[in-house]
Amino acid sequence: MDFSLSPEQQRFRDDLRGWLHENLGDFAPSGRAQSAETAAPLETIGRRAQVEIERGRAWQRRLFEGGYAGISWPREFGGRGGSIIEEMIFNQELAEAKTPPLINVIGLYMAGPTIIAHGTDAQKSRYLAPLLRCDEIWCQGFSEPNSGSDLASLQTRAVRDGDRYVINGQKVWTSLAHVAKWCILLTRTGGEKYGGLTYFIVDMESPGVEVKPLRQITGDAEFNEMFFTDVRVPAENILGSEGEGWRVAMTTLMHERASLGVGLQVRSRIALEELRTLARATMEDGRSRAADPLVRQRLAQLFIECEAMRFNGYRGLTRMLRGEQPGPEGSINKLMWSEVNQRIADAAMEVMGPAAMLSPDDPDSPGEGRWSYLLLRSRANSIEGGTSEVLRNILAERVLGLPRSR
Amino acid sequence: MDFGFNEEQELLRSQARDFLDRECGSARVRELMATEDGYDEGMWRRMVELGWTAIPFPEQYGGLGLGIVDLVVVLEEMGRHTTPAPLQSSVALAGTTLLLAGSEEQRARLLPGICDGTGRGTVALVEASGRWDAHGVQLRAQQSGDAYVLRGEKLFVPDVHVSDWMLVATRTAENSGDGLTLLLVDSRAPRVRTRRLGTIDQTRRLFEVGFDDVEVPADAVIGAPGRGWAALRRGLDRALVAVSAELCGTAQRAMEMSVDYAKTRQQFGRPIGAYQAVSHKLADMLVQVESAKSLTYYAAWAVDNDVPEAPLAASMAKAYASDAARWVTGAAIQVHGGIGFTWEHDAHLFFKRAKWGEATFGDAAHHRARVAEALDL
Ligand SMILES: Cc1cc2nc3c(=O)[nH]c(=O)nc-3n(C[C@H](O)[C@H](O)[C@H](O)COP(=O)(O)OP(=O)(O)OC[C@H]3O[C@@H](n4cnc5c(N)ncnc54)[C@H](O)[C@@H]3O)c2cc1C
Repeated sequence: MDFSLSPEQQRFRDDLRGWLHENLGDFAPSGRAQSAETAAPLETIGRRAQVEIERGRAWQRRLFEGGYAGISWPREFGGRGGSIIEEMIFNQELAEAKTPPLINVIGLYMAGPTIIAHGTDAQKSRYLAPLLRCDEIWCQGFSEPNSGSDLASLQTRAVRDGDRYVINGQKVWTSLAHVAKWCILLTRTGGEKYGGLTYFIVDMESPGVEVKPLRQITGDAEFNEMFFTDVRVPAENILGSEGEGWRVAMTTLMHERASLGVGLQVRSRIALEELRTLARATMEDGRSRAADPLVRQRLAQLFIECEAMRFNGYRGLTRMLRGEQPGPEGSINKLMWSEVNQRIADAAMEVMGPAAMLSPDDPDSPGEGRWSYLLLRSRANSIEGGTSEVLRNILAERVLGLPRSR
Repeated sequence: MDFGFNEEQELLRSQARDFLDRECGSARVRELMATEDGYDEGMWRRMVELGWTAIPFPEQYGGLGLGIVDLVVVLEEMGRHTTPAPLQSSVALAGTTLLLAGSEEQRARLLPGICDGTGRGTVALVEASGRWDAHGVQLRAQQSGDAYVLRGEKLFVPDVHVSDWMLVATRTAENSGDGLTLLLVDSRAPRVRTRRLGTIDQTRRLFEVGFDDVEVPADAVIGAPGRGWAALRRGLDRALVAVSAELCGTAQRAMEMSVDYAKTRQQFGRPIGAYQAVSHKLADMLVQVESAKSLTYYAAWAVDNDVPEAPLAASMAKAYASDAARWVTGAAIQVHGGIGFTWEHDAHLFFKRAKWGEATFGDAAHHRARVAEALDL
């Protein structure tokens, strides 16, 4: 049991801090556009002004050039070849420094690791480096209008036609589809529920791909509907093999939950520190809200839960270092994080009092609107990346071995 | 960085589990909790032989030179079995306090006994106010010549009936420091009165201890006069971690029992674990048990390495584990239905142990307040 950094890890962290100090410069947080980003990378990957997207690309490119992209990815694919502990330190330091989010999250944490695990050599050398450089942004086409939690019931069809497949169907809630070059697309090639799925890498510039924005609770349009009409995709773009899509998709989802669990709690903790500042500054009857024992109890509990997630994450990493794959326990932190993040927003509303009635874009909304924005945006946290109910099913069935509920 | 237990610790755990499965099943626990002393001297000797009492002490005192992380392994297993034994009070609390705050002479005199199980200590802190902090200590120790004379009463003192000595937090005249002086008192000294309290967890023994002008020499001071709270603080943090570890073990066992039951008990033609009202409760148990363990292991590492945030880590672990164990052991009764409410079923042993652990050394609200303080809210 050792929670301290080794000398090499310390050196990595110090180098990174120095590098951030020199390179963050014009990427440092500023003003309202940034305000919502404290809470979660996924909240930030949306349909922003093109300039925000370009800024995100430029930031990730700078990281790449500095040798800080794909920390634990093999060197041959443009990664740094570091350990997963270094990857964790990297995520923590970026959060602490309040850098812009990594715009290519789906590439970095879902598509990339899945390609590394299941891809051919040709696929690895084609896709990974441009992904790390952020020359190409990725999106994830899994969910459909009639297939959300029950993902394997999906109906988007891929039919073989010579050395190509022809794809028809509809996807929904696809974050980043409007700026993505590639989509990891889960399709149906056969009748068997799980055995009939095939996982493709699809060029979003292919003829027949149509993307329509969806406006959400915050007023933003971060995600989209996607329509596929006779989209022709080369057979070599299958990841894994035909009929193996479910197994490949599980790799994607495990990595999604594991990385959500490790990276996001840091951002929640930072949000909490800012909430502490807000509580100190907010006066009621001449007394700071931070002096109210109920507020103190609530914030202390949230801090404790953030720390619990940190150490849960560390223990998960240790299991991975000892040679185990990220397992269903990753769901513990995803489940906790979504609830903690929502309760942070609730606590902020309590601290704010009547100002909770203001919209995020009202000039008087505390924290430049970030808390009201968080209140709205965090409602998605318990839906995206697997709903809390589905995660409880996974914990019950896959970790505790209980009978299936369906 | 490495956030797991090493091979020796895993071995210690499986040894402890085998031993307790064999010697401390619930039937035996029930026999022991009905006795006056509430524990088994023979079982205690065998725990000593396994080295448990020697774990966190340096080799020069007959210890194993290990730490709280290692003690946590054993205490989790004891929590699983709701084992009745004065290990918590004598080793995790009194022993570590003496080690951290005692003089070399005091340590050399008393720690070998703690390690080889022939001597046992405890700590007398809380009074009628029910407070676990320095303000709660009002028991006077009047200086008279070279001696202190203690007068007053302590409550909830663990295992005093099987102890040889106790560390008593007293209020002394000093205006400097924290105003408290920690004194070493012979448990069998004249004018020490003890009365056993009825405990909700019958596997635990708690006492009221009265001091009717009990005289101790000046060299009974642990640490410095007027700095009693400072002397106690670090030992108390270790005790917080130790109780948290027991709570983790108790909650984990209650969860496992519930999971097993949910797989076999059938209603409406299906195992009850197939109903999400049940299975989601069990998933929430898992989340809480794992999180309590994570915070406890971190706190154990933090106190062993005396990092600055160790007191904060100890309070975080105790706050979370207290809530988690109460909720998990209560939910375990619910999952079992009527059978879970019976005396015959073991669910109540866990529920009651969790209540003891929650309330001792300050409950969750007490420690959240301490966390808020430490975070400079
Ligand atoms: C902000 C955001 C971004 C997203 N980005 C993407 C993306 O980029 N790519 C992508 O593919 N998808 C994305 N999603 C979609 C997301 O994965 C789905 O919304 C999610 O899986 C739930 O599916 P659903 O919306 O169809 O809800 P449903 O599955 O219909 O669920 C409705 C309710 O029923 C409950 N429920 C369903 N099944 C069960 C069960 N077996 N037991 C108990 N309760 C159950 C659910 O928990 C939920 O409360 C995104 C979603 C959001 C909100």
